[in-house]
Amino acid sequence: MEAYLLAIGIICAIYVLLALGLTVQYGLTGLINFGHVGFFAIGAYTSALLSLQGVPLVFCFAAAAALAGLAAWPLGLVALRLRDDYFAIVTLGFSETVRLTIASEAWLTNGVQGIPGIPRIMAGGGIGPQLVVFALLLAACIAAALAYRRIAGSPFGRLIEAIRDNEEAVTALGKDPARFKLQVLALGAALAGIAGAFYAHYITYLVPDQFIPLVTFQVWMAIIMGGVGRVSGAVTGAVLLMLFLEGSRFIRDLAPGLISEVDMASLRIGVVGLALILFTLFRPQGLMGDYTRR
Amino acid sequence: MSLDISRVKKAFGGFLALDDVSLKLADGAMAGVIGPNGAGKSTLFAVISGFAQADSGSVTLDGRTLDGLAPAARARAGMVRSFQVPREFRHLTVRENLMAAAPDQTGEGLFGLFFRGRRVAAEEAMIREEAEAVIDRLNLRAVAELPAGRLSGGQKKLLELGRVLMVRPRTILLDEPFAGVNPILIKEIERHIRALNESGIGFLIIEHDLAALSRLVPHLTVLDQGRVIAAGTPRAVLAESAVRDAYLGGGGP
Repeated sequence: MEAYLLAIGIICAIYVLLALGLTVQYGLTGLINFGHVGFFAIGAYTSALLSLQGVPLVFCFAAAAALAGLAAWPLGLVALRLRDDYFAIVTLGFSETVRLTIASEAWLTNGVQGIPGIPRIMAGGGIGPQLVVFALLLAACIAAALAYRRIAGSPFGRLIEAIRDNEEAVTALGKDPARFKLQVLALGAALAGIAGAFYAHYITYLVPDQFIPLVTFQVWMAIIMGGVGRVSGAVTGAVLLMLFLEGSRFIRDLAPGLISEVDMASLRIGVVGLALILFTLFRPQGLMGDYTRR
Repeated sequence: MSLDISRVKKAFGGFLALDDVSLKLADGAMAGVIGPNGAGKSTLFAVISGFAQADSGSVTLDGRTLDGLAPAARARAGMVRSFQVPREFRHLTVRENLMAAAPDQTGEGLFGLFFRGRRVAAEEAMIREEAEAVIDRLNLRAVAELPAGRLSGGQKKLLELGRVLMVRPRTILLDEPFAGVNPILIKEIERHIRALNESGIGFLIIEHDLAALSRLVPHLTVLDQGRVIAAGTPRAVLAESAVRDAYLGGGGP
C-alpha cells in the first residue's frame, strides 16, 4: 500500500511540476500553451538518451531543462506575434510535431518501439529509493514555487503585469513585450523539461504515445480546478486530478463485472471531464481562486 | 534633439490620412498640431512613434532616420509618446507604474533576477527614488499607493506624463494632454509642461483645446483632411481664414 501511495505521490508531483510550468506561463503572462507535453517529451527523451550514454544524471536533468527551454525560443519567436488563440493552436501543433518527430526519427529515439531500460535515479528495491525520488521531486516543486514568487514580486513581474494591462503602452516606453513573454515561455518549458526527466527515470520506459495532447489538457484541467495563476492552485489541482484519475479505478470495485478494463480507461477521463464541467459551473475560479482576475 | 518629419504620406485603403505632411521640431523646442477630428493628427503621431508605417516620406531624429524602427526602439532613442486615451497599468499602483517605466533594469531579465540579486536591489532603490521625485514633481503623492485604474481622467494624464519622464526622454510627444481634464488640472499640466520644456525637453503636442495650446506653444501646425493647411505662431495661424473654415466651421468667436 505504501508503495502504491508513493507511486501516486511521485506521478502527482510530476503533474505539480508540469502545472507550475503552465502557471508560470498563464499566470504571469496569460500565454495559453496547449503544447506543454511537447516540452515534457523533449525533457524526457533528452535525459533518457543522455543517461543511456553514461552521462551523470545531474547533467541529464540540466540538459533536459535547457533543451526544453531552448525549444521554446524559436516557437516563441514565431508564435508570440500571433493572437492568444492562434498562439494556443500553434503550440498544440508544436507538441504534436515533437511527438511525431520522436516516433519517426528511430535512429535517435528508437521510434515507436520506445526506449527501455532507462536508469533510475536511485537503484535498488524497496521503498527507500522511491522516497528519495519523491523528496527530489518535492524539492524541485518547492524551488519552482519559490522562483515563481520571486518573479511575481520583482521588476520582471511588475513589467509582465504592465504588459497584461497594456502592451502598447509598454512598447511606447521602449520595452519589447515579446522579449519578456519569451523568457516566461522558456521558463515554463524548462520546468516541463525537468518534469519530463523525472518521468523518464521513474517510469524507465519511453514511447511516443506517452506524450499525446491529452497530457497537456490534463495539466490544464488541474490548474483550472485548482485555480489558475497560483502556486497553491497548481498543487491543489494536481492532487485533485490524481484523486479523480486514481479514485475512479475504484468504481470498478463498486460494480464488479460490469465495467471492462477498456471501458475503465475511458471512464477515468470521463470522470475528470465531469469534474471539470462541475467546476466551471459552480466554482469557475477554481478551488484556490483565480490569481489572474483580481 | 531635433525631429524632422518630411513629406509623409499614409493611406488606409482609399482614404488618404496623411498627404505630404512635413513638420520640424528644433532641439528643445515646443510645437503644437491642431486640426478637426479626422484631420490625421493621431495618424501623424502613430507614424512618428512607429506604431504605423508611412507609405512614403521620412521621419528623422537628430539626422538619423527612424523609418523601419519599431516603437520601442524609437522610445529608446529618446523620443517617447503619451496616448490620447490614457493607458495606465491599471492593476499597478501609481508608484509601480512609474517604476515599471524606468529603462534598462537588470531585474527585468530572468538571468539578472536570479543571479544578480544585489544589483537588482540597488537599482530598485534608485528607481524608487526617481519615482518619488516624479511623484513629488507632479503632485501625485496623495494617490501614489492607489491602483492606477482608480485615478481620475486628469490624474491618469499626469501619470502618463510621469511615466514618460521616467524614461528620461529628450523629446516628448503628447497626444491630447488636456482632453477630459478639468480646468484646474489643465493649468497644472500646462505648468509642468512649461517647466519641463525649460529644462531642455522638446515637446510636440496634439491638442483639441485651442486656448490651452495657444498659451503653451510658440508654433502651431494645422492639419485638415491629411494636409498641412497652415503653420506659424498661434496668433497668425488662427487668423487665417482657411483655418477658421476648417477648424471652427467658418463661424468662430
